[in-house]
Amino acid sequence: MRIDCNHVWEHISGYIDSELDASLRSEIDRHLETCEICSAVLDSTRNVVILMADDRVFELPAGFSDRLHAHIDREIKAPEQP
Amino acid sequence: MERYIVTPPAAKTGHATELLRRMNMPNPEFEAECIRRILAGEKHLFHDLIRPCERSIYFLLLSLLKNESDVDDVAQETVIKVYQNLDKFRGDSQFRTWVLSIARNEGLGRLRKISTRREDSLDAATDEQSGDYTPAILTSWREIPTEALEQKELGAILRSAIEGLPEIYRNVVLLRDIEEMDIRQTAAALDISEVAVKVRLHRARALLQRNLAPKLKGFAPKRKGWFGGRA
Repeated sequence: MRIDCNHVWEHISGYIDSELDASLRSEIDRHLETCEICSAVLDSTRNVVILMADDRVFELPAGFSDRLHAHIDREIKAPEQP
Repeated sequence: MERYIVTPPAAKTGHATELLRRMNMPNPEFEAECIRRILAGEKHLFHDLIRPCERSIYFLLLSLLKNESDVDDVAQETVIKVYQNLDKFRGDSQFRTWVLSIARNEGLGRLRKISTRREDSLDAATDEQSGDYTPAILTSWREIPTEALEQKELGAILRSAIEGLPEIYRNVVLLRDIEEMDIRQTAAALDISEVAVKVRLHRARALLQRNLAPKLKGFAPKRKGWFGGRA
């Protein structure tokens, strides 16, 4: 089976997550060896995924955790309902 | 399933970030012991039990409510409901998955109370939604500008792109790619199938690549970085 660029793009996400079966993955690998466009699409998609996972991009807002635990404290220390 | 996780040199991200990530990993033995002791009267341990779930609760609710003030309120309602129902947790699912199902129900309850629903409501977008998923064509962009994350501009570009996604895609990205939950947990938290998670994730990443790649390429470091090629 020979695959084209569109076929590779359809599977980029599964490729990044290592969820493709071995034969499809190896077809894509073969395609990537000679296709600079698909290589760049793969790299850029993966770069976006890696950047999103960086904790510096999405931090919890200041005070969120403190407010949550203060609320828990009030519940824990409240007298139990009969 | 093997997740593509890159651990850059500690000096670049700091040990604290990695430590925090490990602390947030599910630990069933710790959770079971904690629950047993809380139910036996050591109530203060609930703080330790819920702490690793905080980020997930926040991002799940943010994906549903989009409003930080509502997220704050509903997160507080969620943790109290978890605390009050702790004796009902049977360990059939991961603790975090159970907590997130409560958070999701609380979030949906809040949404129902909000009279002015957002334009891109949960019902508006479907997996059959048409869209252009053709990627941005670049010559190359192999280095990742993680150092530039110290600059607020890069983070703002990423957040803006994610916030601009249709809701059904944003939900999946927030849990899967930002909170790094696996596909099964993401499906359980959003009450959708694992296939739907994969489809939505693929489309979301394609939309983000198209939007972000041309902008982020400018942030790439000049020298060769750590991530020179494919896995």
